[in-house]
Amino acid sequence: MVLARRTETATAVTLLLHVEGQPAATAGQRVEIRLTAEDGYTADREYSLARAGEPDRAEITVQAIDGGEVSPFLVDELEIGSELQVRGPIGGWFVWRPDQTEPVLLVAGGSGIVPLMAMVRARREAGSKAPFRLVYSVRSREEMFYRSELRMPDPGVDVTEVYTREAPEGSRRPAGRLTVADVNTGGWPPDFAPTAYICGPTGFVESAADMLLALGHDARRIRTERFGPTS
Amino acid sequence: MNIITRGFRGRRGDDDVTLPPGQYLERGFPVLSAGPTPQVAPGAWSFTITTEGGEKHHWSWMELQALPREDITVDIHCVTKWSKLGTRWTGVSLDVLLSFIDTGASYAMAHSYGGYTTNLPLADLRDGQAWVAYGYDGQPLRPEHGGPARLLVPHLYFWKSAKWVTGLELMTTDRQGFWERAGYHDYGDPWREQRYAGD
Repeated sequence: MVLARRTETATAVTLLLHVEGQPAATAGQRVEIRLTAEDGYTADREYSLARAGEPDRAEITVQAIDGGEVSPFLVDELEIGSELQVRGPIGGWFVWRPDQTEPVLLVAGGSGIVPLMAMVRARREAGSKAPFRLVYSVRSREEMFYRSELRMPDPGVDVTEVYTREAPEGSRRPAGRLTVADVNTGGWPPDFAPTAYICGPTGFVESAADMLLALGHDARRIRTERFGPTS
Repeated sequence: MNIITRGFRGRRGDDDVTLPPGQYLERGFPVLSAGPTPQVAPGAWSFTITTEGGEKHHWSWMELQALPREDITVDIHCVTKWSKLGTRWTGVSLDVLLSFIDTGASYAMAHSYGGYTTNLPLADLRDGQAWVAYGYDGQPLRPEHGGPARLLVPHLYFWKSAKWVTGLELMTTDRQGFWERAGYHDYGDPWREQRYAGD
């Protein structure tokens, strides 16, 4: 059942769901949402959890995709109190656990921030001292999710914003795609052996992962989650 | 029993195709992998089948290209819910590769560049059910989709079709691969919706 809706941007919303009996998730995991129409037609989609650790709750942030079947409904039409089916949590690889103490590099492209935000929040919840750096590539400040939370990050969490279409006034960096310099400056040196988590559209993840490899990061320490179609 | 979500109608029009339970029709070609895309030049690529007795049979890229090729048109089903219909591949049947091998093994572990593994019953790699594919839609297979060559086992969920494949290890007893250890199903039949362990 939908408990609350929070607007993130003009086209994205965070939904807080009550899911009876769902175990507490690990940061980075996903859930599967099933919508059923009155005639029994169903549509299933997976969404990353924006927050982990609480049983019976699922918090997801959904970006409406133009022409999509499910996401525009979730963003624009789904009402508080509506019922939907949730299964999960799913996924045992693209996760951060509070017993990890090594440095962490998070690289987000657009709505790829969602599972990485769950990791930042899990770090806070656990009182972890693991050093985190987040490089968040987003079209413009208006399209940023979790803006107020990320503008005042927890101690030990460094956030670098990379604007790809429109940089805020006064930015030293002009708007443009993520570069190896952004990842180098906003990330960790390879000597620190960070675990890297990259999430975003396929093309973004491909290029960000290639940049980390070019900078000398160990491929085995780079975990990726891609979404969206490619040709 | 499904719970009706108030106001949801969904999009119809794909009703004339039958998809496995829980799948939706995708017209793009999503990419799913656990880490960076390995860059393997065809000249550096090789494929090795290792029997349960430790005997190895190697093929270089050129040797693979010299084997009889097949053009395969199949539907593919990803565990993350998308299905793509009528995908066109070019590759070498595992029947051809396994004809060189003397084995009594029942299982195979596919190994990939980058360290990815996935386990399958050997019987599912025989009888025209599996290929080492190096072409997609008339073009060389692109790295993000598993090029230079990937396993193609379209009757199972697509994570079994290991990208960047470099070998098969034949086994008398089953062992779990990468996603299987992470909670996915050992067999992965989309028509029985075997997504996760226990399904």
